Formats: sequence, C-alpha cells, structure tokens
Amino acid sequence: MTALLRSRYAVGIGFLVAAVLLFAVAPALLTTFRLGLLGKYLCYAMVAVGIGLAWGRGGMLTLGQGVFFGIGAYLMAMHLKLADAGPGGVPDFMALISSDGVPGWWEPFRSGAVTIVAILVLPTLLATLLGLATFRRRVRGAYFAILSQALAAAFAILLIGNPTATGGSTGLNNFKGFFGFSLRDPANRQMLYFIAAGVLLLMVFVAWRLMVSRFGELLVACRDAEERVRFLGYDPATIKTVAFAVAGMMAGIGGALFVPIVGIISPNDVGVVPSIGLLIGVAIGGRTTLAGPVLGAIAVAWAETTLSEQFPSGWTYAQGLLFMLVVAFLPGGLASLVSWRRRRSDTADPTAGADPEPAPAEVLAPAEGRTT
Amino acid sequence: MDILVTQVFNGLSVGSILLLAALGLALTFGQMGVINMAHGEFMMAGAYTAYVCQQVLGDAGLSLLVSLPVSFVVGGLLGVLLEVTLLRRMYHRPLDTLLVTWGVSLILQQLARDLFGTAGVDVPAPGWLSGPVEILGFSFPRSRLFILVLAIVAVVAVTLLLKLTPLGRRIRATVQNRQLAESAGISTRRTDMLTFFLGSGLAGVAGVALTLMGSISSNLGTSYIVDAFLVVIIGGIGQIKGAVIAAFVLGVAQSWIEYSTSASIAKVIVFALVVAFLQFRPQGIFQVRTRSLV
Repeated sequence: MTALLRSRYAVGIGFLVAAVLLFAVAPALLTTFRLGLLGKYLCYAMVAVGIGLAWGRGGMLTLGQGVFFGIGAYLMAMHLKLADAGPGGVPDFMALISSDGVPGWWEPFRSGAVTIVAILVLPTLLATLLGLATFRRRVRGAYFAILSQALAAAFAILLIGNPTATGGSTGLNNFKGFFGFSLRDPANRQMLYFIAAGVLLLMVFVAWRLMVSRFGELLVACRDAEERVRFLGYDPATIKTVAFAVAGMMAGIGGALFVPIVGIISPNDVGVVPSIGLLIGVAIGGRTTLAGPVLGAIAVAWAETTLSEQFPSGWTYAQGLLFMLVVAFLPGGLASLVSWRRRRSDTADPTAGADPEPAPAEVLAPAEGRTT
Repeated sequence: MDILVTQVFNGLSVGSILLLAALGLALTFGQMGVINMAHGEFMMAGAYTAYVCQQVLGDAGLSLLVSLPVSFVVGGLLGVLLEVTLLRRMYHRPLDTLLVTWGVSLILQQLARDLFGTAGVDVPAPGWLSGPVEILGFSFPRSRLFILVLAIVAVVAVTLLLKLTPLGRRIRATVQNRQLAESAGISTRRTDMLTFFLGSGLAGVAGVALTLMGSISSNLGTSYIVDAFLVVIIGGIGQIKGAVIAAFVLGVAQSWIEYSTSASIAKVIVFALVVAFLQFRPQGIFQVRTRSLV
C-alpha cells in the first residue's frame, strides 16, 4: 500500500476515476433524492478521512469525532436559522420556546463569513487543545479513547440541556436557504452535492500529501514506536496533535456541509453512539489506507439507509456484528485482502501491503507498564 | 448544613453506583488491558435478571436477595463467553477490544429492546427498602443506603479475594508480570477467564442495584459506562483503592456541581476537571511505579 501511495501515477488515476464517478456518473444515474443521500454519505466520508489519518496512521483511537462534526454542523445550522429569520429576526424554534430573543453568542453567526471562519477554526482549536492537554502528558491509547468518548457524551448532554439555544433533543431543522440559495430548488441541492464531492476530493488529496510527507512518516512512527521517535529528537505530542487537529477540522467541515444537505442536525447525530458509528466504515475499508476509510464510510452509510428502510432493528444487529467480526478477524479491513493478493502475486516487494496489525510497541506497552 | 449533608449523601450514593460499575472494570481493564464497552450491557443484563426473578418469584424482598447471586452468575457467564470467543485472540491489540466489545454492546442492547420492549420496566423495591430512615435527624432513602452498603461489601469482598485467596494471588501475579507468572506455573489463560467472570459478575450485581434507582431500559448501561471508565482512569489502572476514592470523589463532585449549576453543565465541568487532573497525574491517583519507558 505504501508503494501504491507513493506512486503518483496510481493515485492520479484513482482521483480521476473518483472525479468521473462523483461528478458525471452519479448525477446522471441518481434521482435528486438519492443524490442528496449520496451527498450525506460524502459528509460522513469527510469525517472518515480524518479518522483514517488520526486512528489508522496515528494510532489515536478517537471516539469523539461527533463533537467536531457537531460543532461544524451546529455553527452552520445557527447561521442558516438566523439567515432564514432575516436581519434582526428571531429563529422560529426560539420564538416558540422563549421570548428572550437570540442569545448573545448567536449574534456573530448572522454573518456568513464569520460562520465559515468559525467552522474552520473552532473544531480545529478544540482538537488542538484536547490533543495538547493529553498527548503532552503522554495520555494515550485507551485513556485517550475514553476521554474523547467522555467529551462526546458531555457535548450531547450540553446540547440537550439547553433547548432554548440549541433546539434541545430535536436539534435544528427546517432550513429554507443556503447563503441566499433556496434549498427547495433541486438545482441548488445538486450544487450542494457537487460542493460536497469537491471538498471530499480535496480532503483526500490533502490526506494523501500528508501521508507521503515526512510528517506522515513520523506519524506512523509515533503509532508504532513513540519512544523511539522521542529518542530521535522529535516531539510526538506535536505530531499527534497536528494529525488530530486536521482530523477535527475535516469532521467540522463534514458537519457543516451535512446540515444543508440533510436538513437537520440533532444530538442524535453527534453523541457517543454516532461518534463510534463513524469508526466502523473506516475499519471495514482499511484504517491505514488512503481510499479505504472513504469507501468504507460511504458503503456503511449506504448499507445503513438500505437496511433501515427494510428492517428497522436489523441495522443495529448488522452494525454490532460488523464491529465484532471486522475488528476481531480482519483488522486491516477489506484493503488488507487486496494487498494480500498483491503480496501473493508480487512477493518480491516487501513493502506491498501496510502492516494492518497495530504497533508492537503500543501493544506491549500496557504489559510492560505494569511491570514492577 | 441540611443541604450540605443531603448533597454529600447524594454524592456518596452516586459514587457507590459508579463504584459498583467501575470495580469490575478495574479488574478486567487492569489485568488484561481489555476495554470492555459491553460492561454497561452486562449491568443491563443483571438488571433484567432481577426483573425476571421478580416476575417469577413474585415476592419483592425474596427476589431481590435471589437476584443478587443469580445476576452475578449471569453477568459472569456473559463475560466468560465474550472472553473465550472474541477477546482471547485480541490481547495483543487492546485498543481493538474496545471496538469489538462496542459491537457486542450494540447487539445486547437491541436484543434487550426486542425481548423486553423499548419502554422501561419497573422492579418495585421490597417494603423494607422503601421510604426513608432517620439518622441523626437527617432522613436518608433506605434503597440508597442499601446500595452504599452493597458497594462497600463488594469492595471488601474483592479486596479480601485478591489479598487472601489463591485465585487472588494468581490474579495479582498475572497483573504484575504475565510472563513471570506463566513461568511460575500459573495458567494465565484460566486466570484471565476467572478474572473476567468476576469482573462481569460484579457488573451484574451493579445492575441489580440500579433497579432500586428507577425503571430499567435497554440504554441503562450506556448512561453509566463513560463515568465508570473515568473512575478507572482517575483511580489508576488495576487499583481497587484508587477506584474507591475516584468513584466517591467523582460522585460528590458531580452531585455538588449539579446542585450549584445544572446537570448538563455539571457533565462538562466534570470532564474538564478530569482532563485537568490528568495533567498532574497522567497515570491516575495510584500508579504502579515502573522503570519501563511506556
């Protein structure tokens, strides 16, 4: 896989195929409704690109990506609600609940520019702070995973607990316009899909450049042998924080595009359960690969919609089984099957197929840590 | 003064539930590095076992006493099943056990919804546990006192088991140095299985205690699992005394902040406090001193 990643030629063809599929084939074949669904899957895929970077390459199992996704989504939703209400107006759901008017901290998001800057900055900033607070103190592995999960739990409770400002458990919905374009117009909905597709391709490109850069090498090194990286004079905390911040930013952008495409954001989309749910696609596709998380996330989201339409409770069982079987028996995801075949056909190349097993150092760590 | 006592008691009460939930986690997480996300669902299974016991036996007092050992066994067997089928092959990948057990917890929750319905069910407390009891002019709910006592008994029992019995010695040896324990003739696999039985059984007992707090539903476990893990992290991996202190501190802090602000703000503040605490003691209150780098 590393060899494949390095080959500009192969990646270039991959991007070309993806672009043709997303921009020409999908719009030609799908109805507006289905295209909207695909747009929603693409938003999940954006989060998955970040998870692939943080978890697959960096070994940081983040169970709280829903928080960054949610911050991006709620910021966008707040702006859309305020824009719908017009200058100085009060969003409809707020007028229903209380007569206090718009909370002060909502006011800046009347401006579209401020909102976009906030969507890019706030999730990144939160991820940076959390990353610095944990990685600098060498809190990692399970500790980090549980902290990120606690963050997701706290975030969802905070949203539900403040219905006047966030819509409570119903969340924010019923958006009419998107930066002046009516969301009722199918042409505009198609435009949103194209924006999502373009952003996703850009993110995958960024992830690819990061992966093949010196930074990407160091990130993998941190995952596999953090102490050695430290001995070599690098600071693992900074490297991991950067990767985590990039993942947070990608999740935030995914959330921001999710809102106009899907038309609703609620605590059900950002809490503990959806946050961990975002991981399964990444695991299935192949957490260490470039395309695996994207394809896995899209496939899982598609399967969820299709299965839930037919058997409402079936999806939960399927999701649980996927987590159990894929992670236990196929830790490298489907991508490891592909690279296994390549290894078989080309045994001369030892670099073919990234090692799907996580780091020996990381693995031995808890046992050694308890040695007195 | 009245408020202070009530809040501290509420905190201890929340803490005793956290402790019951975290005690089993401290064992499994501490010994094997396995992060069992299905622990909360084992609690749920214990709670539903108490419900079934009451449906079968009818008498609330008798069924509560019967359901304590039965739930222990039910939780324990679920844990052993999980350990033998899935976790055993994953000890070299501790982080991945988190996701696998998460899948198990999803399935168990859905199973509970399909078996017992989505609406919560009530397990009425027996007569001798309802109503308050007067101590020094303050009135405390009997059921909460019972949970507090149950938590203390569980801690004492686990501590004695670890300190005095052969099984306890084997568990401690495996925690401290797996390879050395193996070369001393301890079957670490068997020990792992028994530890998992014990830890998951404690989750079942915690589930019975939860039936005294209100109605039970399929998402019973999810509401406690995050806090229980925080207790284990603050206490220090594999440290029973750490878990005890952490559970009561977290419980009192949470109910106090909840009282002075609101439930939703309290969660956020507690999270911030935990992150801040880890700045000072990244390994928890008690840490096993080691020369190892990691």
